[in-house]
Amino acid sequence: MSHSPALTDERPASIQLPKRRTSPAKRKQRLAAYLFLLPFFVVFLTMLVVPLVYSLYLSLFESKLIGGEVFAGLANYARALTDSAFLGSLGRVGLFFIIQVPIMLGLALFLALALDSTRARGSKAVRLLIFTPYAVPAVVATLMWGYLYGEDFGPIAQVARAVGLGTPEFLSAQNILGSMMNIVTWEFVGYNMIIMYAALRSIPAELYEAAEIDGAGQFRLAWSIKIPAIRPAIMLTVIFSIIGSFQLFAEPSLLNAIAPAAISNSFTPNYYGYNIAFINQELNYAAAIAFLLGLVIAIVSYFVQLAGERRERVGAADRETQP
Amino acid sequence: MNKKARRTAVALVTGAVSIGVLLTGCTPSSGDNASQEAVTQDDIDTAMTTPTKLTFWTWVPDIENEVKLFEEKYPDIDVTVENVGQGLPHYQKLRSAIEAGEGAPDVTQIEYQYIPSFVLNDSLLDLTPYGADDLSGDYVDWAWNQVSPDDPVWAIPQDVGPMGNLYREDILASAGITEAPATWDDYAAAAKTVKDSTGSYISNLGATQAGQMIGFFWQAGVKPFAYDGKETVSVNVNSDEAKKVATYWTELIQQDLISTDVDFADQWYQGLASGKYAGWLTAAWGPIFLQGTAEGTTGLWRAAPLPQWNAGDNVSGNWGGSSDAVLASSENKIAAYELAKFINNDEESAMRLATEQFLFPPQVSVLEDPAFVDQESAFYGGQKVNSLFADISQTVDTDFQWLPYMDYVYSTYEDTIGTVITDKGDIAAALDTWQDQLVSYAEDQGFTVE
Repeated sequence: MSHSPALTDERPASIQLPKRRTSPAKRKQRLAAYLFLLPFFVVFLTMLVVPLVYSLYLSLFESKLIGGEVFAGLANYARALTDSAFLGSLGRVGLFFIIQVPIMLGLALFLALALDSTRARGSKAVRLLIFTPYAVPAVVATLMWGYLYGEDFGPIAQVARAVGLGTPEFLSAQNILGSMMNIVTWEFVGYNMIIMYAALRSIPAELYEAAEIDGAGQFRLAWSIKIPAIRPAIMLTVIFSIIGSFQLFAEPSLLNAIAPAAISNSFTPNYYGYNIAFINQELNYAAAIAFLLGLVIAIVSYFVQLAGERRERVGAADRETQP
Repeated sequence: MNKKARRTAVALVTGAVSIGVLLTGCTPSSGDNASQEAVTQDDIDTAMTTPTKLTFWTWVPDIENEVKLFEEKYPDIDVTVENVGQGLPHYQKLRSAIEAGEGAPDVTQIEYQYIPSFVLNDSLLDLTPYGADDLSGDYVDWAWNQVSPDDPVWAIPQDVGPMGNLYREDILASAGITEAPATWDDYAAAAKTVKDSTGSYISNLGATQAGQMIGFFWQAGVKPFAYDGKETVSVNVNSDEAKKVATYWTELIQQDLISTDVDFADQWYQGLASGKYAGWLTAAWGPIFLQGTAEGTTGLWRAAPLPQWNAGDNVSGNWGGSSDAVLASSENKIAAYELAKFINNDEESAMRLATEQFLFPPQVSVLEDPAFVDQESAFYGGQKVNSLFADISQTVDTDFQWLPYMDYVYSTYEDTIGTVITDKGDIAAALDTWQDQLVSYAEDQGFTVE
């Protein structure tokens, strides 16, 4: 198998830009460019940076129902790091990430490869079908699954009882995380599949021809050419999934209505933050929780990316040494 | 998962923005609750003939009808009714508006148990100078004590929920029980008979329904909460009396004689309609609610008082109900008070609330009005259900109080008691955990806990 530039994700070396010479026309152009960027920066600053800085500021205070607000330094952060509810919620979404994400992305990859292989018939219709759940708002999806999971009148339970399997308890405290994984997988497998599928379509056809001449079958093709070629796309879906898992909110918040005993107030970090802010009325502590969560997501994303890059480098080195 | 990431990012940003908005006005408006000269009739006449705009936040459906009566009487006052959500979302928006210093309504619906949390930061107007004192005799005592535990009057009672027992006469009869159980012991025995011979549960205890459990506490004479209106609270959710109630339910649940489905959820609605539950221990707003939920069982239900702890007693608790309060920040306090008063005190308005919106009235005059109490309900086999609950309403303990942080109380109930009920565990033991959490929250928030 020949080594091809398409196997690495380095961008093609771009043409060297000519040396900068600031003619009046150029300067005008540059000004125009900044003017076009201005709306973005205004929104970015007012809607993202300012609130972010403000909540950082808030997180340094402590407010009480009696006594009002006082500067607290990092006390909120110290409290969060010893708050078993917060740590428990982080553990829960960590578990969610470790179990659900590989299943979802594996499934998405399998589907993308299947659709990409020329053998699949009616691939357009299937693609649309798998993608459809993503178009269903998470709120609707959760309500719908809540009904499907129902113990007495949910269709799954009715079928299970009819064939003598007893009533599955999807909404019990022990199983609710798994039920939630199922909902999220259902929602997002199509989305991730589309990203991978799009990446697959951009692989140059010559590679396949070359591989076929070398005698590679479909599986060999998928394993040795397609998957390495779309690794950047897969990494992208992994990063999205990290963010998505750690920020789970809609699902627990909606399932709480039908399974309140199974979903504690600190089920996920985001849901905990929300409850702290609006039920416990501790906005400052909620701000600290939000910041810590952001930090955790950044760290996890960084390490996952690092691991991905290292593997890629090792993989590339392996290929270099192949005869 | 990009969509979700983006969505949560947006949520975070809007969250941060709204937090920003919330905190900009973090010096609470120093309400007008200081003792004030009584308002004279002249002041009232002037206020009610000056063109004024009022905002009224409420989730009572069709309350526009009663507001229209008010506007007809006072053509110069223009009332805007806004429904910003029911229950928790309503209070969250109200708090945000109060802290922001603008956007709060003049008059707001408020459930009794949430009054202290708004008294705490001086958000409510003391209605005494406006003549609210004179209304005390118009309402059943315990309801009045809910809006006025001490001298100040914080709101006008709108509706109440004294508790009773709705049951399926046909199911109980097929188990050989012809009368509603009079005591809790009878009830437990009946639960066993009903379950054994019909398969139905005698009723359902909503696993996470704090309101229902607190109502049972109220009936049993438990005084779980107290608040002095300033900085002192007392928390007693694990007293011996409370544990007696808790143990009673624990035993029924562990013998599988009571179901513990989450109430007001699909499965529960189905259970009421299908006879999975042969009864519902509920409040005075329950009969009409049930009628809409279990239409197919018309004529099979009956209403009775709650079973009693001691034979011969006749006491009940309350679950739910609302009042209308005036916010201290209102610029048209007199008109706002007159609106809150009119809606709940005017003869026609109060009567319509009771007979059209089916809010169970706290007004003595309505509770005695034959047009209300003599209504026969086909759903309950022609029984005069209103009359029954009007009688029950006289038996509710008069000095039950709340904590100024009931949001937290309810949410921790779910996590401590709710999970234990679902797992068929020991509710009495869970009360200790709940107690600890409520006390430590109060201390963290700077309250003095007695």
